[in-house]
Amino acid sequence: MASEPILTCNGVSKHFGAVQALYKVDFEVCPGEVMALVGDNGAGKSTLIKGIAGIYPFDEGYTAFDGEKVKIHSPREASALGIEIVYQDLALADNLDVVANMFLGREEVHNGVMLNEAAMESTARETLDSLAVTTLQSVRQTVAGLSGGQRQSVAVAKAVMWNSKVVILDEPTAALGVAQTRQVLDLVRTLADRGLAVVIISHNLHDIFEVADRVTVLRLGQAVSVFRLNETTQQEVVHAITAGTLRHVPGMDEVAT
Amino acid sequence: MTDDQTPQDDQELIPEAEQLPAYHEEPVAKPDSVSEYMRNWWIRVRAGELGSLPILVGLVIIAIIFGSLNDTFFSSRNFTNLLLQMSGWATIAIGVVFVLLIAEIDLSVAYNSAVGAVILTLLLRPGDPGLPWPLALLIALFVTTSVGLVMSLIITKAGVPSFVVTLAFNLGLSGVVLILTTSFSTAGTVLIQDPVIKGLAGNFLTDAWGWILAVVVVGGNALMQLQKYRSRLASGLPNRPILIVIAQLVFVAIIVFGGVYVANLDRGVPMVILVLGILLAFWTFIASSTRFGRHVYAVGGNPEAARRAGINVDRVRIAVFMIGGLMAGVGGVILASRLSSVATNTGGGNLLLNVIAAAVIGGTSLFGGSGRVMSALLGAMVIASVENGMGLLGLASGTKFVITGMVLLAAVLVDALSKRGKAAAGVA
Repeated sequence: MASEPILTCNGVSKHFGAVQALYKVDFEVCPGEVMALVGDNGAGKSTLIKGIAGIYPFDEGYTAFDGEKVKIHSPREASALGIEIVYQDLALADNLDVVANMFLGREEVHNGVMLNEAAMESTARETLDSLAVTTLQSVRQTVAGLSGGQRQSVAVAKAVMWNSKVVILDEPTAALGVAQTRQVLDLVRTLADRGLAVVIISHNLHDIFEVADRVTVLRLGQAVSVFRLNETTQQEVVHAITAGTLRHVPGMDEVAT
Repeated sequence: MTDDQTPQDDQELIPEAEQLPAYHEEPVAKPDSVSEYMRNWWIRVRAGELGSLPILVGLVIIAIIFGSLNDTFFSSRNFTNLLLQMSGWATIAIGVVFVLLIAEIDLSVAYNSAVGAVILTLLLRPGDPGLPWPLALLIALFVTTSVGLVMSLIITKAGVPSFVVTLAFNLGLSGVVLILTTSFSTAGTVLIQDPVIKGLAGNFLTDAWGWILAVVVVGGNALMQLQKYRSRLASGLPNRPILIVIAQLVFVAIIVFGGVYVANLDRGVPMVILVLGILLAFWTFIASSTRFGRHVYAVGGNPEAARRAGINVDRVRIAVFMIGGLMAGVGGVILASRLSSVATNTGGGNLLLNVIAAAVIGGTSLFGGSGRVMSALLGAMVIASVENGMGLLGLASGTKFVITGMVLLAAVLVDALSKRGKAAAGVA
């Protein structure tokens, strides 16, 4: 983890009409690191990751990937760089099987026409195995039949199958039970151990303390603190979330203390 | 469901039958043995993935009922009649299956098919203009496909529900059929005189060609299945037990050879069955083995997931409605060929109900994302058998409608209840 950050946001801002959703936020994540992103509702977590994903541009500041400034205009460009986002709703087609979902939109064909089912199934299986996802009965069962944790695993496997370097997980453990949460957290750790940079958004501090290396706290659109998790406590993080010091009070020129 | 594992089921901790589909957090169970395969199949059925099961059961029940009530039902003459009767519906229903797969509906197929038939017939009129049949056919199909294109553009670009758009087109096209038929013939009926188009439903393959067709179908199916089996084996992927594969091949062979045998007892296999067979094979390939087909299923299952995966959802929708229009046109030509004419009432009556019912009865879900092209054939068989059987019994029109309605209701109920089965099993 001594490495350079693979993804950096430098002073990025975003406003929607009169609402300043992000104000001069600095954010970074390194390869092999799990960076948590926390904050109360409306703190700007989603705005930040959507900006990184290229869903909309930041108003100011810049994003750097692998040390180079990049402008990401669409989710497709983000994927091309190696940034994959797993949204909370996972976006899986229930009627398709695991393999079809993992390759959706990027199916392999031979002779230019016919789906290469065997090759896709092998790759899907290898990816799932490498992530130690062992609870699937078959990669040919439809996603409708999977449990919440399994669905999350499939969505994550789908994201990392394409040589991605940064994986952003939006609330991966919300709505999961204890065993399922365990499964997903293990998966997150596996990803980081494989050298990927993982960003995890969560409201659950317990999960974050368990899996993350660092945490960036957003409050009212500003990054108020970055903690190394083995050097902090839950109280300190909660305090930052609810009462972290703002460098700037929206709508005012003066600097708050 | 006994647990007689064969030796190759070695290390697996095979889960007990009660910890089933919703929550298999257990180790992988590979369906390597026949009993394991059958058990997994039964699990899927119980979870609501019925596939073609209800329809096959339904066909058997229908055959038993009508066969016991009337001796002619099982005659070879009636069998070829049945084939002729259902092929037009099955063809149109192929297009309907595609539209249902993306969770839309096309109510215009009936009169769109009539438009195709009328245009073809008018273009073929000897000397006026008396176009050669391939050209006339091409123009007719171009028109019906264009209707699908225009409807889909309105649906996708203006965001109007397909139900309303296609309903409006059905009404409008019925007017077009009326205008065309009455303005070219005072009686409102135009005869088809072209021998090729007439021969579609009027000519039969010789016995020898019938057998050759059967061999090609059965052999082709076997080759494809074995090829799939071998490629999976080569990649080290789990396969269905070879016994199951063989059993299915034998089942198909019995049906096909049996069908050809019975048809040959009468006039032979109708030419139109050859056309239908090619269409079914082609569209099955498109739906199950191409990227486009995969995207159709994805759009039907979760349009948002499809969009995020980079699939151009609107383009898929447009293509599907064009397929609906194209197959309506082909089906209309087949139906017109059977009557050797088009008339003011072409495309009317129960046609719309029958083709949509065929797709649904065949196992294509109205909720999108689930179904197979083959369901068009199976559903059309059911509808045709019921109609044919009731005709043989000399039932009144009113009774026929009531019974057909009940068959459709039963099919939709199976669809809805299987969804509920999935929900109850915790998988929906």
